[in-house]
Amino acid sequence: MDTELLVGERIRHSYGGKTVLDLERIALRPGELLAVLGPNGAGKSTLLRVLAMLEEPTSGRVTFHGRSGKPAEQGLRAKSAAVFQRPHFWRGKVSYNVGLGLSFRRVPVPDAKARVTRICELLKIDHLLNADIDTLSGGEAQRVALARALVLRPEILFLDEPTANLDTAARAGFRQDLERVARQRAGSVLLITHDRNEAFTLADRIAVLVDGRLAQLGTATELYENPVDPYIAKVTGAELSLRGRVLRAEGRTLLVDVDGTQLSTVGHAGEGAMVKVAYRPEDLILSSPDLAIGEISTRNLFFATVRERRDIGGLVRLRLVGPPEVVAVVTRSAAEELDLHPSARVSVRIKATALHTYPAGEREGGFESSEPEADREAASGVTATESGEPERRQPAEVVGDPPGRTG
Amino acid sequence: MDPLLEAFRLIVSGDLEVWRVILRSAQISGSALLIAVLIGLPIGAAVGLSHFRFRGPTVALINTGLALPPVVVGLVVFLLLSRSGPLGQLELLYSPVAMVFAQVIIAGPYIAAVTLAATESVPDDVRLQARALGAGRIRALLLQLREVRTSLVAAVAAGFGAIISEVGAVMIVGGNILGETRVMTTAIVLETQRGNFAAAIAFGIVLLLAAFYINALLLLLGWRATRRPLPA
Repeated sequence: MDTELLVGERIRHSYGGKTVLDLERIALRPGELLAVLGPNGAGKSTLLRVLAMLEEPTSGRVTFHGRSGKPAEQGLRAKSAAVFQRPHFWRGKVSYNVGLGLSFRRVPVPDAKARVTRICELLKIDHLLNADIDTLSGGEAQRVALARALVLRPEILFLDEPTANLDTAARAGFRQDLERVARQRAGSVLLITHDRNEAFTLADRIAVLVDGRLAQLGTATELYENPVDPYIAKVTGAELSLRGRVLRAEGRTLLVDVDGTQLSTVGHAGEGAMVKVAYRPEDLILSSPDLAIGEISTRNLFFATVRERRDIGGLVRLRLVGPPEVVAVVTRSAAEELDLHPSARVSVRIKATALHTYPAGEREGGFESSEPEADREAASGVTATESGEPERRQPAEVVGDPPGRTG
Repeated sequence: MDPLLEAFRLIVSGDLEVWRVILRSAQISGSALLIAVLIGLPIGAAVGLSHFRFRGPTVALINTGLALPPVVVGLVVFLLLSRSGPLGQLELLYSPVAMVFAQVIIAGPYIAAVTLAATESVPDDVRLQARALGAGRIRALLLQLREVRTSLVAAVAAGFGAIISEVGAVMIVGGNILGETRVMTTAIVLETQRGNFAAAIAFGIVLLLAAFYINALLLLLGWRATRRPLPA
């Protein structure tokens, strides 16, 4: 069995002399869901079209099962399917549209009908089979598009921002369908998205694309623990509000002065360099300011005053002014225990390994989320569940202490 | 007798001369339309659905064809087919073939231009979606054309309209020879000049009815195409 199903190598693609894609290598493994995450205009959809062999790259090659050229394209056409952001339907009934790909593959009509009915039942759209395609809502249409792709039992399913035009409820339903049905029915999935929650929730691996280049590729945990640049740090929910100067550099360990407070961080920068320091609000550990300093093992400690408190479901988001000024997230019970009201004093700790340092000039990226809550969720480290209850986002491993922990 | 009543009598009584002219018109214009569709539709679709270096000038050239005066087309075809012309040895001048040739040149740009305008409005998403579902290139192209089927019918109707009512070119290259190259439009001119208004009106009525019938038929075809999915 191939360890890599679909590989793009040295892919360059230009439109009108402007390079929109410049990748050394990207591979989709059998059985995995690879999410390609990036802001609008990063070249994500172009990458999908190139990898799906729907568009010829300016240079580079795509291989499917180790083959390239015409045989690979023919093989991929027969063994893949795609769902686009705005799927196109041909006038007629839902059943006709769902079965269209089967007719291209010359599947006998009785077999095709049975498969169309079965997939529509699985996706709970069987009541729409005889409906006119023009009468569907956005969510229904996208499910029909998913059914049309999955009925082909594709070895690779390409999804190009399938939830971008859906409202929150339809988006949640579509994601459930993806997890419940698509991952069983499709061998591998390449998901294009600019929604970090979608990528982090669904994907086995995430490729972050910025300005047509692959910024980082890894599991959610890898991206979370070791973001290679401020953009990816931001994608994984980090705050980038801290600025400082490197006082001392010893390998990857840096001592940074931030507004007069010295913080031990990790990163690469020379002494005297101006840097940005990224942290996640959930990695800050708050304690009573009276706690004896001798009992605290963390190297980074400072005292701050609560300036603002915002309750987010079962969690509380706090703006703390030290210096430095930071944002923290704690559980509601912890906030009550420490009596974290505006003007309350607290001690703030954070592990050096939870502070990632980047040169001040590096771009943070124009990341956009399809849902307004997503940015807040990412910043707060919580995700709204269907029941409305906030839920801790689940990176496989979290550096440092769990969120909201108080010492 | 009233010329109008006489005209109806000529049509209904099955006057041999009148019906020979009518059938010859149908034969020549039908052949020309078919050939113009076979040439103009693929050219229009190819230019409309693709991007290439000299696309702009090509579109301009096709659209210029819309403004071709039929008499000029007739003159050019005449010069080509005349004894001293490059195709003179074919001895096609004053034959139905020459008339078909001229009418194809007149109708072709209409069909190509309307097809081009229709197909360039088809989003590339249609092709991508069809290909992504496993359609071959030809099948994907047909699915793209299906999106603008009513416009394609309009293209054929435009081509038909351009040639069925045309008189200048067919007069020049056909010569209006009875039983050979006389068609309804040239017959109307001749009978009017002769003062035989009943026959001229009779041809006029048949011409209008034919135009109406063909356009209604095309409309019906377009309507049926929009109601029926392509066979699986």
